[in-house]
Amino acid sequence: MTRIWSIPGGVHPEENKSQSLQLPLGEIPLPRELVYPLSQHIGAPANAVVTVGDKVLGGQKIAEAKGMISAPIHASTSGTVVAIEDRVLPHPSGMSGPCIVIEADGEDHHVDYVGDENYLQLDRETLIERIRDAGITGMGGAGFPTAVKLNPRADQPIDTLIINGTECEPYITADDILMQTRADEIIKGTELLAHLLGNPDRVVIGIEDNKPAAIEAVGVAAKDSRVEVVSFPTKYPSGGEKQLIQILTGKEVPSGALPASIGIVLQNVGTTVAAYEAVRYGKPLIERITTVVGEALDTQRNIKVRLGTPIQHVLEHHGCHQNKVARLIMGGPMMGFALQESLVPVVKATNCVLVPSKQELPPAPPAQACIRCGMCAEACPASLLPQQMYWYTLAEDYDKLEAHNISDCIECGACSFVCPSNIPLVQYYRSAKGTMRQMAIDKEKSDRSRQRFEFRQERIAKAEAEKEAKRLARKKAAEEAKKKQEAAKASGETAPAGNTKADIVAAAMARAQAKPVSPEEQKAKLERAVISAQGRLDKLQTRLEEAEGEMKDKLAAQIKQAEVKLTEAQKKLDDFKPDAASNNSAPTADDPVAAAIARAQAKMTMAPDEKLRANIESLNKRLQKAEEKLSAAQAQGADTVTALQAGVDKLKEKIATAERELAELGPVASATAAPAEQDAASAAIERAKAKAAAQANMSPEQKLRDQLGAMGARISKAQDKLQQAQADGADTVDALQMGLDKLQAKQEKMREELRVLNPSAPELNDADNATGSTPTSEEAPQIQDAATAAIEKAKAKAAAQASMSPEEKLRDQIESLEKRLQKAQQRLAKAEAEDDDNIDAFRAGVEKTQAKLEQTRAQLENS
Amino acid sequence: MFEYLLNNPFLGALVALVSLALLFGAVLGYAAVQFKVEGDPIVDQIDTLLPQTQCGQCSYPGCRPYAEAIANGDAINKCPPGGQSTINAIADLLDVEAPTLDEEHGEESDVKKVAYIREDECIGCTKCIQACPMDAILGAAKQMHTVIGDECTGCDLCVEPCPVDCIDMIPIETTLGTWKWDKPATSHENILNLIASDRQPVAATQQETSPKEKAQTEDEAA
Repeated sequence: MTRIWSIPGGVHPEENKSQSLQLPLGEIPLPRELVYPLSQHIGAPANAVVTVGDKVLGGQKIAEAKGMISAPIHASTSGTVVAIEDRVLPHPSGMSGPCIVIEADGEDHHVDYVGDENYLQLDRETLIERIRDAGITGMGGAGFPTAVKLNPRADQPIDTLIINGTECEPYITADDILMQTRADEIIKGTELLAHLLGNPDRVVIGIEDNKPAAIEAVGVAAKDSRVEVVSFPTKYPSGGEKQLIQILTGKEVPSGALPASIGIVLQNVGTTVAAYEAVRYGKPLIERITTVVGEALDTQRNIKVRLGTPIQHVLEHHGCHQNKVARLIMGGPMMGFALQESLVPVVKATNCVLVPSKQELPPAPPAQACIRCGMCAEACPASLLPQQMYWYTLAEDYDKLEAHNISDCIECGACSFVCPSNIPLVQYYRSAKGTMRQMAIDKEKSDRSRQRFEFRQERIAKAEAEKEAKRLARKKAAEEAKKKQEAAKASGETAPAGNTKADIVAAAMARAQAKPVSPEEQKAKLERAVISAQGRLDKLQTRLEEAEGEMKDKLAAQIKQAEVKLTEAQKKLDDFKPDAASNNSAPTADDPVAAAIARAQAKMTMAPDEKLRANIESLNKRLQKAEEKLSAAQAQGADTVTALQAGVDKLKEKIATAERELAELGPVASATAAPAEQDAASAAIERAKAKAAAQANMSPEQKLRDQLGAMGARISKAQDKLQQAQADGADTVDALQMGLDKLQAKQEKMREELRVLNPSAPELNDADNATGSTPTSEEAPQIQDAATAAIEKAKAKAAAQASMSPEEKLRDQIESLEKRLQKAQQRLAKAEAEDDDNIDAFRAGVEKTQAKLEQTRAQLENS
Repeated sequence: MFEYLLNNPFLGALVALVSLALLFGAVLGYAAVQFKVEGDPIVDQIDTLLPQTQCGQCSYPGCRPYAEAIANGDAINKCPPGGQSTINAIADLLDVEAPTLDEEHGEESDVKKVAYIREDECIGCTKCIQACPMDAILGAAKQMHTVIGDECTGCDLCVEPCPVDCIDMIPIETTLGTWKWDKPATSHENILNLIASDRQPVAATQQETSPKEKAQTEDEAA
C-alpha cells in the first residue's frame, strides 16, 4: 500500500452523490442556439476568428488564443454564426461579456478530425501544440489552460504527476462517472501526460474512497501500467490541488508558489481524457460530462453535453420545476456560485449544474456574532486563522490580513460550514481579496503615475533650464558684442568715439548759451552793473575828498577807471534797452531811458506820416528779429516758443495798426494834393486791407474759422455723396456715413477749440455754428458778410483806439467789454433756457469776459 | 605613565572616560557622514500612501508637496481621491488619530473616473495637454486630442481649461478582471434575530432546517 498523508482541518458535509449516479451517462438533444463566451478560461479572452453569417462545422475553431495564457474555442456542432455580442456570462458577477452565438442547423456535421495512433512517437512540442490547439483547459473548475501547465519551466524538473479523481464536493459525480466509463482512456491520457512531462518518477491517480466503482475500474485499467491508483479517506476539501498533493506526497506547496516549484504537476481526470482525445483523435474540447442534480429536477443524472448549450436547455430536458427551484448553482454547493439567469451556457469548467429545492438548500440563516469558538480554525485545510481574518476584514486592516496569509485561502468554505453563528466567512475573504487585488492594481498605477508625474516635472524643469541657459547665452553674447564695439571705438576713432559724453555736454552747454537770456534778466544784470559802478565811483570820490598826497593820485586813477566802467555799463544798458523794449515786456517800456527819450523826441519832430513810416519800419525790423528768434526757439524746442509767438503776433498787430494810421493820415495829408497821392493812399489802404486779411489769417481763431469753413464745405460734399450713394444703394454707404461722422466730429472739435481761444467772439461762434449746422450755399454769403462786418468793426475800433490816450483806451475797452459781457450773458441765458450743449463753453466765455473786465478796471484805477 | 595612572585612580578614570568619549564620538561622527540619509524618509513613506492623482485638491501642487506638508505637520485629511483608506493608512504610519475627510477639499467618490474627450468636438487647442499632470493626453496643436485611459488618474484638471467643454469625466466600468465580491451585508435584521425569542417565525423555520440537519433527515428517509 502506498503511504498517504493527512491534511489539517477539513469537513464532512453530506455527500449527496447517489442521486446523480442512479442513471447512466445520458445525452440531450442539440439546442437550437449555442453560446460561446470568449473568456471561459483563466487568462486573456480568445479572439473571434469568425464573423456573423459564417457557416461553421462542429470542431471548427471559432476563436483563437490570444497570448500565452489563453485557449482557443471550437464550435461544438455545425451551424451559422448569428451574433458576436455581449451575453450574460456564467460568472458570479452576473456580468455580460462578448460571446459567439451559433444557430445549430441540426445536421451536426463535424470537421474531419485528424488523429494519430502513434502519438507517442511525436515530439513534445507538437503534442503540446495539439493540446493547446484543441482548447483544452482544466476541467475541474478553475479552467487553467492545460498546455501551459504541461510546459513547466526548465529549471523545475517534474518528479510527480498526479491525476485528480478526488471530486470531493457534494453532489458532483461527473468525474466519478467518467472514471467508471472511460477508465482506459484515463490511463492512456495519464501515460500521455507523463510522457509530455518527461516521464516523472511517480504517476498517481488519487480517488476518494467514496467512489468504489471508479477505483475498481481505474485499477483494472491501470493494472499493466506504471500508473498508481491511490484511494484515501473522504474529506472535504481533499480535492483541492494543494490538499491532494499533501495527501499523496506529504509535501506542502509553498505559499504563493505553484506545485511545479516542488516538482509536481496535477491534472484533473476530465482534462486527461480531453488531452488524450485531442492527440489521439484530433478532437478538440467541444463537450464534457456535467452533473445535473437537484431536487427541483425530475431527472438527476450525468450528461455528456456540448459546450455552449444554454443551461435553460439542459434544465428543460431534466424536468425542472421552476416553482421548486431555490437557486440555480453552477458548481457544487460549497464552492459553486449562483447564476442570475438560466440562459448562460455550459462552459469548459462547468462540472455541475445544481438546482436544489428550497428544502434541500435553504437560504443562509442570518449571521450572528462571532463567539470565538475557534471551530473555523480547526476546519481550515490551509491552517489559516479564519476568525482573525474575519475581524481584520471587518476592520479593513489589509496589512494584517496579508500578514495572516489571506492569499493562501482556497475559499473552500469549510470555515463557513462549521461556523455555529452562520457567519459567511468565505464571502468576507473573497471581498477582502478583491479589495486587496484592487489596491495592488491601484498601487501599481499610482507608482506609475508618480513616475510619469516626476518625469514630467523633470522634463519641464529641463526645458526651463534650457530656456534660461539660452537667455543667459544671448545676454552674454550681447554684452560681449557691446564690449567689442566699445573696444573698437576706444582703439579706432578715439576722438569722436571716446568723447561722446563730452560731446553731449558740450552740445548741452552750447544750447544753454544759445538759449536767449530773457531780456528782464539781462536788463537787471546791466542795471546792477551800472548801480555798482556808480556806487564804487561815489565811494572813491568820498575817499578822494578825504585822502591826501600819493593816495589822491591813486584814487584819482581808480576814479577814472570806475568812470570808464560806469560809462561802459551805461552804454551797454542803453544799447540793450531798445532791444528789450522791442520784446514788449511790460515793465521795460516804463523805464525812462535817455536814448529812448531822445529818439522819441526825434520822432516827435518828424511829420506824422514820416513818423508812422519810420515806426512801421522799425516795427518790421523788430518783427523780423522776433520771427528769427521764434524760429530758432521752435527749432530747439525751447519753452519760450509760446511767449515768442505771442510777441510776434502782437508785433504784427502793431504793424497793422501803424499802417492803418498811415493810410488814414494819407487822405488827410493829401486833401489838397495831387490825385496820384490819392491813388497812393488807396493803394496803401488796399495794402492795409490785405495785411489785415493776412493778419487775420495768422491769428489762431481766424485760422480755425477758415478751417471750419473748409470743413463745412467738406461735410456738405460728403453729405451730397452720401445721399447719392444712398439713392444708388451703393455698398459704400456705411463707409461714407462713417467718414461724414468723423468729419462732423472734427468740426465739433474745432469749434470747441475756437470757443476756448476766443469765447468773447460770439458773432464768430454764431456764424460758425451757422456754417457747421446748415452749410448751404444760400447762407454762405451772409456769413461772409458778417465776417467782413466784424473785420470792419474791429478795424474801426483799432483806429479809434490808436488816437486815444491810454486812459481813454482803457475806458473804451471797459465799455466794449461790458457790452460783450451783457451779450454773452444773454446768450448764456438763452442757452440755459434751450438746454444747449454748448452751455459750458458759454459759461466759460462769460467768466473770462468778466475777469478781463475786472482786470481792465484795475488797470484804469492804477493809471 | 601607566604606573602613574594606577597610582592616581581619579586621573585614570578621567583619562579612560575621555578617551572612550572621543572614540565613540569619532565612530558616531563617521557614521553620520557615511550613512547620511538623503531627504526625509517619512515624506517618501507618506508619498507612497497618497494616490498620486496630482489633482491638487489638497491645495498643494501635487502629492509629494502634500506629503512634505504632512511631514511638516499639516492635516492628513485633505485628500479626497485617497479617501478614508488613505487617511487611515497615513494615520497608522504617523501614529495619530485618523480624522474623517475634510469636506472642504472635496468629497470622496466611490466611482473612479477617467477623462474622455469627445473627439469630434475637440478643436486641438492643447490646453488640456498642458494641464494634464500625467502626460496622459495625446495630441498636437490643431490636431484632435485623446486621453490615454490607462494613464488617466481622473484628477479633473483638464476639464476646466477646455474652451469647448468637450471633456467628460466618465466612470470606469467594472470588467470581469476588476469585478470583486461584495462584502456580506450585516443587515439590521441580523441584529434583531440575535436573541432566539425575538426571532421572526420565518427565521426560526430556516434555522431549524440547516443544510446539515436536512441532509441527515433525508438520509434517514432514504
